[in-house]
Amino acid sequence: MVLISAMPQLAQQVGASRVVAGRKIPHPCGDPTLPPELDFKVRGEIVGMALKALEENVTDPKIFVPISTN
Amino acid sequence: MGPVKIVHYINQFFGGIGGEEKADVELLVHAKPVGPAIGLQKALGERGEVVATLVCGDNYVNLNMETARAQIIEAVVRFQPQVFVAGPAFNAGRYGFACGEICKAVAEQLGIPAVTGMYPENPGVAVYKSAPKVWILPTSDLAGSMVKVLPKLAAFALKLGQGMPIGQAAEEGYIPTGRRQLEHAATPGAERAIDMLLAKLHGEPFVTEIPAERLEKVPAPPALSKLQEARLVVITTSGMVPRGNPDEFKMFNATQWRKYSLPEHGVLRPEEWEFIHGGFNTAFAQANPNVVFPLDALRQFAGQRFKELYSEFYSITGVGTSLTMAQRAGEQIAASMHDDQVDAALLVAT
Repeated sequence: MVLISAMPQLAQQVGASRVVAGRKIPHPCGDPTLPPELDFKVRGEIVGMALKALEENVTDPKIFVPISTN
Repeated sequence: MGPVKIVHYINQFFGGIGGEEKADVELLVHAKPVGPAIGLQKALGERGEVVATLVCGDNYVNLNMETARAQIIEAVVRFQPQVFVAGPAFNAGRYGFACGEICKAVAEQLGIPAVTGMYPENPGVAVYKSAPKVWILPTSDLAGSMVKVLPKLAAFALKLGQGMPIGQAAEEGYIPTGRRQLEHAATPGAERAIDMLLAKLHGEPFVTEIPAERLEKVPAPPALSKLQEARLVVITTSGMVPRGNPDEFKMFNATQWRKYSLPEHGVLRPEEWEFIHGGFNTAFAQANPNVVFPLDALRQFAGQRFKELYSEFYSITGVGTSLTMAQRAGEQIAASMHDDQVDAALLVAT
């Protein structure tokens, strides 16, 4: 399982093993302040990172950061 | 000695600025009591003085932790308090996290003792209860209990400010920190242990000296070796339900989770869904559900990166969810996924 969260440090601290940094709390998978194509692109990067996380072995809780959430 | 000088930290809601829609406000400094700090001042009487109230949006603090922390520390330095008070946050997760982090920073960087209050199940408790020079007083989960909490916060703050020693959690009324302090006992350990055992065997009450802490550490599942062959399912904690809320989800304190079908037409249309959730601003999700349930992006990847997206999804309202409910829901959902031969799950939190 992979968790997408806009508060990845909290998720990591309570022990979620694979955490993908989401955008913001009311819209973790996208940025509605951007034009629709860019919002969709951001969403694709977050979901793509989540899929990558599923394929990676982790020992301790790990945060995965999509490029656009930086 | 003069009155104990206190700085009080609160969030945007208690600061009278607004609710979820104002959770992004940056730090505001008032050189006087505002909101609950007024009640705190009343409880302190002449023995303490709230010299400043710091107000900050819950989202601002949690998403810009470094900047917010530095700004708050700078403000605290300006007012030179002897004690720092935060919250109480009751069961608000982001607020509890903010109170914990700020108290920890003030205690660590400035050496100023800090006290806050929150519901024992608030995630802020598990993370911050052992921070040095930080104490968390237990509260109920209802903000309506503010009137009962403020006098306790005031009394504790005065004790800290007057340099009085803080004793054991059970006596002083704070949530046990997990920190150990050496003490001299009247009787040797062997005798105390036998006394406890005899009491237990006779069905009499006794107080353990070492409570076993139940912190469940869930080991990470192994990585998927064949994602391309996997069936993926989504869980959303946004309280996303079909329009009309047929199963009567509640805005807080979920007592159920549900499995709903994704529409055959493959698109999340705003008019077909609603979001029952009292803990975040659902306007964005309502306008475009994909921002909390990334169906459009997942459909792009389906058939390529993974085999298929399951036709149903799990929904729960994730705010003020009791730990018991969350554990039970997790077990039941996992069993359901097992029955449906799901290989992987994507949990999108709000």
